[in-house]
Amino acid sequence: MRADFFMIELRGISLTYQGAHGPFEALRGIDLHIPPGEVFGIIGRSGAGKSSLVRTINLLNRPTSGQVIVDGRDLTGLGDAELRAARRDIGMVFQHFNLLSSRTVFDNAALPLELAGMDRAAIRARVDPLLELVGLSALRDRYPAQISGGQKQRVGIARALASRPKVLLSDEATSALDPETTRSILDLLRQVNRELGLTVLLITHQMQVIKQVADRVAVIEAGRIVEQGRVLDVFTRPQQAITRSLIDEILPQALPASVLDHVRHLSGALQGQGKGRVGQLLRLSYSGAGAYQPILSRLIREHGLDLSLLHGQVDEIQDQTFGALAVYVSGEAAQLAAAIARLRAEDVLVEEVVTEG
Amino acid sequence: MFENFSEMMLELFATSLWETVVMVGISGLVGALLGVPLGVFLRLTDRGGVLENGLVNKTVGWIVNAVRSTLFIILLVAIIPFTRLITGSSIGTAAAVVPLTLAAAPFVARLVEASLREVDAGLVEAAQAMGATTWQIVWKVLLPEALPGIVAGLTITFVSLTGYSAMAGAIGGGGLGDLGIRYGYQRFLPDVMLAVVVVLIFFVQAVQSLGDWAVRRLSHR
Repeated sequence: MRADFFMIELRGISLTYQGAHGPFEALRGIDLHIPPGEVFGIIGRSGAGKSSLVRTINLLNRPTSGQVIVDGRDLTGLGDAELRAARRDIGMVFQHFNLLSSRTVFDNAALPLELAGMDRAAIRARVDPLLELVGLSALRDRYPAQISGGQKQRVGIARALASRPKVLLSDEATSALDPETTRSILDLLRQVNRELGLTVLLITHQMQVIKQVADRVAVIEAGRIVEQGRVLDVFTRPQQAITRSLIDEILPQALPASVLDHVRHLSGALQGQGKGRVGQLLRLSYSGAGAYQPILSRLIREHGLDLSLLHGQVDEIQDQTFGALAVYVSGEAAQLAAAIARLRAEDVLVEEVVTEG
Repeated sequence: MFENFSEMMLELFATSLWETVVMVGISGLVGALLGVPLGVFLRLTDRGGVLENGLVNKTVGWIVNAVRSTLFIILLVAIIPFTRLITGSSIGTAAAVVPLTLAAAPFVARLVEASLREVDAGLVEAAQAMGATTWQIVWKVLLPEALPGIVAGLTITFVSLTGYSAMAGAIGGGGLGDLGIRYGYQRFLPDVMLAVVVVLIFFVQAVQSLGDWAVRRLSHR
C-alpha cells in the first residue's frame, strides 16, 4: 500500500444546517487523513460537531461543501445507487444500538446481507462466525429486548461487520454503557481492527475511550479540528485548553487541597531553616523511553536534592508508559536550577507550579 | 320476556349478524389495503421522512382530513353515484361496503402514520447507512417495527366500522344496527333491542380480544 494512501480522507468539509434560528455551521472546513488499519478517535464536547462529522463520512449528512473520499472514491460525487453500494463498505455502530426490536439477534446481524440480496444459506455462513466473534452464538434467537446493553452493542458490531466493510464508524458506541462493558466493547473494536485490518473511526466525548483504543486522536471544537496527533503526544503535550480540560477528566491536573496545604507546610519549614535552601513544587510529565530512566533518584544523588512525591499518575497508552508526577523538590538554588535543566534535556516536561495566592 | 323470538326473528338475527360481518370485514380489509400504503406515504413525505415533500404531504393530508371530517351518514349518501359505479346499485349490503371502505381508508392511514412515527429514526438511519433503498426501508424496517401498532390500529378500525355499519340501514345495508333500529326501536320490541346490544357487545369483545392477542404475539419490545 502506498504511503500516501488514505482509507478516509476529508477535504474541506463544511456543513451548515438551516435551523429555527437561522443557519448553523456544524462543521467548518474539516480536513482529515486516516490511513488504512488505523483506529482514529475524534473527541469533543457535545455540540462540537463530532456526530455531524461522523455522519458525513457515509453521507448520512451531505456536506454543504468539501469532499469525502473513502477507499480512494469520492462519495460526494456518486449517484444514489452507487452511494448505496459504497455504504456497504462502511459499517456503522450507534450509541443507542439501533437494533430492530422485531428481529432476533441473528436476523439483526443478517439485515445488511438481506438488503444486499444475499441468499439465506450464504447469510448463515457469514453471520454464524460473526456471532461467534462477538461472543453471542448462544443468544442468536433472542430479541433485543431480552439482552443487555453490552450484548446489544455486540449485535450492532456484528451487524456492522456483516457486509465485510473496510471502514467501521463508531458513533459514541460506548456512551450508553457502564465502564466495564465499555472496556469489553472497546477491546472488541480493537480486536476487529487488528484481526480484520479494519480502519476504525470512532467519536466519543470520553477521553478514556481514546486512551484505550485510539492510535491517533483529533480534538473537535465548534466545528473545527483544533488539535490532532498520536494519542500519547496529545496526552502528554496537549496544546489547546479544550484538550487539557478533556484530559483532565481522566488525569486530573489540579492538585488536591490537602497536597497544596502540605506544600505550604514544607516551604514554611524550609524558610525557618534558612541556609540558602529553596523549595519548588514541580510537575513532571514524561513518556516513552524517558519513563524508564531513573530520573528521580538522579535528582537525589547527583544534585543533593530532597524529594517529596506528593501526587501523580503513571499509566500506559498504546503500550507506552507515561507519567505525570507532582514533586516537591528542595535543595540549593543552583542545584535545583541545574536539575530542572537536566530534566528538560531528557525530554521531561517540567512545569514549576506556583502554590501561593 | 323474549316472546318475540320466533324462528323467523332468529333467522333475521343470523342474517343481520352476517351482514355486519360482511360489511365490517370487507370494508376493514379493503380499507387497510388502501390505508396502509396511504399511511406509509404520509410518513415518508412528512418532515424528516426519507421522501420528505412538504407540498405533497400537506395536499394528501388535507384530503385525508376532509374525508375523515365528513360525517359518515353524509358520506353514505354523498357518494351514491360512485357507489353505483362500483357495485351497480346504490342500496344493499354491498353498496354499504363502499362508503364504509372510503371512511376506513383515511382512518387507517392516520393510525398507520402514527405507528410509523413511533419507529425510532435511528433505525431508518441505520438502514440507510447499510445501503437500504426506500422500498427496503419500508418493508424491512418501518412496517415490521410498526406492525404491532398497525395491528392495534386495525383493531380500532374494525370496532369503529361496527359502529358506522349501524348507519348502513339508511341505504338498506342491513346489519345488526339496522335490525335494532327497525325492530327494537321503530316496532318497539325492547327484547330485540336488548338482544342486538348483547350480540354487538360480544362481537366487539371478540374483535378486540383477537386484536390484542395478535399484538402480543407480534410485539418483542
